[in-house]
Amino acid sequence: MKSAPTIAAINGSETSSASVPPGMRTVALIGPPNSGKSTLFNRLTRLRQKVGNYPGITVEQRTGLLAGGGKQIKLIDLPGVHGLTPYSEDERVAVEVLTGRMDGIRPDAVLLILDATKLTRQLTLAAPIIALGLPTLVLLNMADLFAKRGGALDVLKLAQELGTPVAFVSAAHGTGLDAVERFLRQDHDRNSVAWLPILQDLPQCQRWATQIGSRVDYRSPLPPAWTRRLDDVLLHRVWGLLIFALLVTGVFQAVFALGQPMSAAFQDTLTALGEHLTRSVPAGLLRSLLLDGLWKGVGSVLIFLPQILLLFFFIAVLEDSGYLARAALIADRTMRSAGLNGKAFIPLLSAYACAVPAIMATRTIENKRDRLATILIAPLMTCSARLPIYTLLIAAFIPDRPIIGVLLSSRACAMLLLYIVGFLAAVATAKILKSSILRSAAEPFVLELPEYRWPTWQAVGLRLVDRGRVFLFQAGTVILAVSLVLCALTHLPLQHGHLPQLDQSAVARVGHFIEPSLRPLGFNWKIGIGLLTSVVAREVIVGALGTIYGVDPTTQSMTLQNALRHDLAPAGAMALLVFFAFAMQCTSTLAVVRRETNSWKWPLVQFTYMTGLAYAAAFMVNQVLSRLLK
Amino acid sequence: MSDDQVALSDLELGAVAVIDKICLTPAAQGLLMSFGFLPGADVRLLRRAPHGDPSVYSIGGSEVALRRETARHILISRISPSQERERP
Repeated sequence: MKSAPTIAAINGSETSSASVPPGMRTVALIGPPNSGKSTLFNRLTRLRQKVGNYPGITVEQRTGLLAGGGKQIKLIDLPGVHGLTPYSEDERVAVEVLTGRMDGIRPDAVLLILDATKLTRQLTLAAPIIALGLPTLVLLNMADLFAKRGGALDVLKLAQELGTPVAFVSAAHGTGLDAVERFLRQDHDRNSVAWLPILQDLPQCQRWATQIGSRVDYRSPLPPAWTRRLDDVLLHRVWGLLIFALLVTGVFQAVFALGQPMSAAFQDTLTALGEHLTRSVPAGLLRSLLLDGLWKGVGSVLIFLPQILLLFFFIAVLEDSGYLARAALIADRTMRSAGLNGKAFIPLLSAYACAVPAIMATRTIENKRDRLATILIAPLMTCSARLPIYTLLIAAFIPDRPIIGVLLSSRACAMLLLYIVGFLAAVATAKILKSSILRSAAEPFVLELPEYRWPTWQAVGLRLVDRGRVFLFQAGTVILAVSLVLCALTHLPLQHGHLPQLDQSAVARVGHFIEPSLRPLGFNWKIGIGLLTSVVAREVIVGALGTIYGVDPTTQSMTLQNALRHDLAPAGAMALLVFFAFAMQCTSTLAVVRRETNSWKWPLVQFTYMTGLAYAAAFMVNQVLSRLLK
Repeated sequence: MSDDQVALSDLELGAVAVIDKICLTPAAQGLLMSFGFLPGADVRLLRRAPHGDPSVYSIGGSEVALRRETARHILISRISPSQERERP
């Protein structure tokens, strides 16, 4: 950074005071959307917190303990707000915390973070925040960019005007943060700031901010030349669309072309490891239980870790670089044709990773009905939990052939089609909802395009570590438990003291019981059991199938891919793919929908609708394909 | 400032104007204001999305996209190039 980090102290406001109780102190971090709050939060707490170059990443308040320092200080990261008049759910959360109306949380001090490159606009937030009367440190973020692009201002004068300390920082590069530490180590008076005009409406705040701006000799930085030049290409009417399409297909191709060999290698390692680990166990029942039941069950899900991480890597890079906001702009026309608020694009896009954070991200949508519509369609977007079953079935049933040279193979194309099918179902459902029970007046679509930034390895890496951990935890708990139960049930009930044939086991009895209702879809009883277990979470089916086919003597020596090819007709496999595109198999999502809508009604409606849709679509696919493929 | 009052959606590419009035519901006005669309603010049409809509405006140091259906309700006064040069 060129400009040295500065902290300007204010006369009188830093006198030590006994009014602040010792021990745990709570500090709130607040600022406008995309001003760098979460990056700073990560810097200060070293807690893993998702950061993106996209407005609206933080939708719930998050807390963390400040890393280092003697005093225990709790830091709360609040959603981005433009002012203290809440327009949406996430703004309401921030306002309630700051004003002490949120149960159990009452900040003792405030860190107000503002983007220095947009100071005159962002300063409008300073008036209502400082007027709260809490000790406040104003942090001017992106100091490096601000200086590089020729921006300037008198920090001391600004501190005088605001009556609070002011410091230049760069959250991305971690410079100037000593100012925060110094501020937190001091005791502060809760003295009033009576001199500050109480500004209620935004035009007044803006006039005030403009005045302050001229008094502190604010020179706004030059427009971001690189961002403009990049956008000339990336938002070009021909090149922009072409690059958008290339990026989307490229991601899928890469997930297959790079991910598949990685998964295969991982599988070999896991198989070898499993055999090595059970070598000391004598061949027989126990060994078969461990190796064929448990290890195959858990392992068959684990091998998809490389592909899921690859997908998350691409999403993280696109998000952190700032391209996603451009993608939202390009996709706006489609959103509008579905009658959806343009802001729905943000949550729907994150639903490609997982519907749970996506549904929480709908809090940024001001209109209640728009928000509900977005919540209801989010699980139709193809989440990463579908990746294992998609990859497994596609690799087993679709031969690998190039379609557009190295750019797109038949397998990546099949995957892309499934994503498109899910997206179209979401859009069509939204259209139906918005033109019937959730009709509402149009809300303006306002989207800020952030500057392009280089994604940092640290931010991307942290997200991959986080995601990997969630996936491994799931495999180590839910999938392990399901495999264990299935494995036991395939060996029960004992018949005359002997282990039953698979066909006589408890699992098979349940399977045979539900088989008639699944036969029209082309599924046998083993798939049926898989579907039952996947109500917990989608990827569980792969673990369950791994266990069942691992226990079955006829398929025991095969890989899961070969076992499925041996046991399932191609039409049934395609029907299963389509079933997974639509079905609602995720208890976490149902729980979060229940929480966000405050009733069981909507999760029930959602479950019934999606499962019905999945059944009907799979039925059609199987009936048509089984005749065509004969 | 010229006296021909037009809507923001009529602005030509690259042209600058001053916002006069926002004719939308109070909630929508508040939302737009929080992005800097305030009476008296300078606004420039930077580019249009590949499909021709929404459009990207430069306002208060940031780039913000609005749909035509919204920009239609923001009234502006055009600034002639000579006046533009005189502005800081």
